[in-house]
Amino acid sequence: MIRASDLGWRTRGKTILQGATLEIEKGEVLGLIGPNGSGKSTLLRMLAGLLKPSQGHVELAGQELARMNQREIARITAFVAQQADTSDRISVRDAVELGRTPWLDALRPWSEEDSRHVANALATVEMQGFETRDWITLSGGERQRVHIARALAQAPQVLLLDEPTNHLDIHHQLSIMRLIGRLGLTTIVALHDLNQAMSCDRLGVLHQGRLIALGSPAEILTPELLHCVFAVSATELIDPTDGTRVLRFRSMTQALPDMNRHDVS
Amino acid sequence: MTLVLTGARRVERGRQAMRWIGIATILVAAPLAGICIGETRIPLSTVLQVLANRLWDAGYAVDPIDEGIIWSYRLTRALVAGACGAALAVCGVILQSLLRNALADPYLLGISAGASTGAVLIAVAGLGAGMVPMSAGALLGALLAFGLVTLLAQLSGGGTGLRGTGQIILAGIAGSQLFNALTSFIIARSANAEQARGIMFWLLGNLSGVRWDDVWLALPAAAMVLLIGLWHIRALDAFTFGAESAASLGIPVRQVQAVLILAAAIATAVMVSIVGSIGFVGLVVPHAARFLVGVRHARLVPASALIGMVFLIAADILSRVMIPGQVLPIGVVTALVGAPVFALILIRGRASS
Repeated sequence: MIRASDLGWRTRGKTILQGATLEIEKGEVLGLIGPNGSGKSTLLRMLAGLLKPSQGHVELAGQELARMNQREIARITAFVAQQADTSDRISVRDAVELGRTPWLDALRPWSEEDSRHVANALATVEMQGFETRDWITLSGGERQRVHIARALAQAPQVLLLDEPTNHLDIHHQLSIMRLIGRLGLTTIVALHDLNQAMSCDRLGVLHQGRLIALGSPAEILTPELLHCVFAVSATELIDPTDGTRVLRFRSMTQALPDMNRHDVS
Repeated sequence: MTLVLTGARRVERGRQAMRWIGIATILVAAPLAGICIGETRIPLSTVLQVLANRLWDAGYAVDPIDEGIIWSYRLTRALVAGACGAALAVCGVILQSLLRNALADPYLLGISAGASTGAVLIAVAGLGAGMVPMSAGALLGALLAFGLVTLLAQLSGGGTGLRGTGQIILAGIAGSQLFNALTSFIIARSANAEQARGIMFWLLGNLSGVRWDDVWLALPAAAMVLLIGLWHIRALDAFTFGAESAASLGIPVRQVQAVLILAAAIATAVMVSIVGSIGFVGLVVPHAARFLVGVRHARLVPASALIGMVFLIAADILSRVMIPGQVLPIGVVTALVGAPVFALILIRGRASS
């Protein structure tokens, strides 16, 4: 579905990302993990066609991404940014309707089919009944759901999400992750929480602008790699209620005990 | 079920028809009011007779003085005021949407300041030796200032890219300050008291000297920016969550920004060159329109154009009748009305969020 070879991005003489090569199968959920500033967002933006790679190229559904225009990309790929907010008094339905933009133009007006896509998207994220609510009255979790509904209304084959569970409470984090798993779309999701990352089909690990590992969660989340990339020591535990693996972290840098608090769950 | 559906559809269609009739009425009534009301009140029947004479050779017997006032002064004035109000309001909508800033307005980009400098250079400093009309100087100054502001924004790393649309606002403020200072400098250096008074009057917005050739400049400019705005309603909507989100929705962001901002700059420059700088229309009217019809641009763009038109024609009428025997600069009226309305919008916006 997506094939990226030797992707790199430099800005103002600083290399943000280099030599990222990966391939994502149709229907696969790929998680991108790595510390802050490791290049997760940059990689996602290049795959979404929002950032022109300064090196390498991307193939999307068999086509060269650089040769496609923005509209063609948007009909295949939907992108949910980490923070996309507005002060406009837009309703939930209006916000989701924006997702139909790549399928409409001055000559092809809004139709019944577009309304159906919007209704389905709202149903998928379980936000029916919120249609007329103002954006500013929504909670963080509801906003994230509306963003995902907007992306689904694009009727995409590929969904790219940049830390969709950021700033959400634990209940909403879990429900968003369950939702993503349920969609059955080719999905690439940047994640911070390593326990959530375990539910992905495959994981890619970014460290200092390089994709240093790619494989199944069991192969990737080893104590050695966690030590090297995140500077934590990890112990694997088994949850007695359902037998899933759980990671427990301890900081390795004693001098800076607060640095890794975000990654400790 | 089908009966209910067709019934609902009929009601919807009826509502739509009412809306169109309402819009058409406003489009006709506002300029007519602008023609009738003034220092000397002219009866509506006379106005209609003159219009019929001129447009269809109806041959009514009308006082030639009345005919002259109506056809050459009041009508041109009303048409230019309407076109100017509609254009400035649509420019405001475009800039507020693209720059994601509620305070963006057509004069933010240094356009009016540049136009003032251009006009003053010709009228006071005598550039062009009387061969170049003041409005041409204003147009050149406006475009030059806009070019400089865009360049500054680009150099500071913002420009019209995916991020950093804030840079163009900062660059616009810097540009405005520079050109306003230049204007003051030229006036202080070269103008006598009489000229300074005339220029100040023009700078605050003035519809007095408007004739038919101005109408043929203002109407196409307003139509141009309105049509370009209407063509891009979906793109303008897509900017709701920022430029990057617009790009991910398939909008060619740079191209759309370039086309729309350039259209807004040209329309504003044309208007400033005809009537001087009229503040608050581009800022307040879009907010008022949002309050009435919501944030989606399919309604917001036409509604802003309509409200802008009515607002400026009404402001022009007020400027002529507020003080008997004296015409106020229209910019003073729009600011006197606009500033309190804007304050109200700010307060309401805070209360509801």
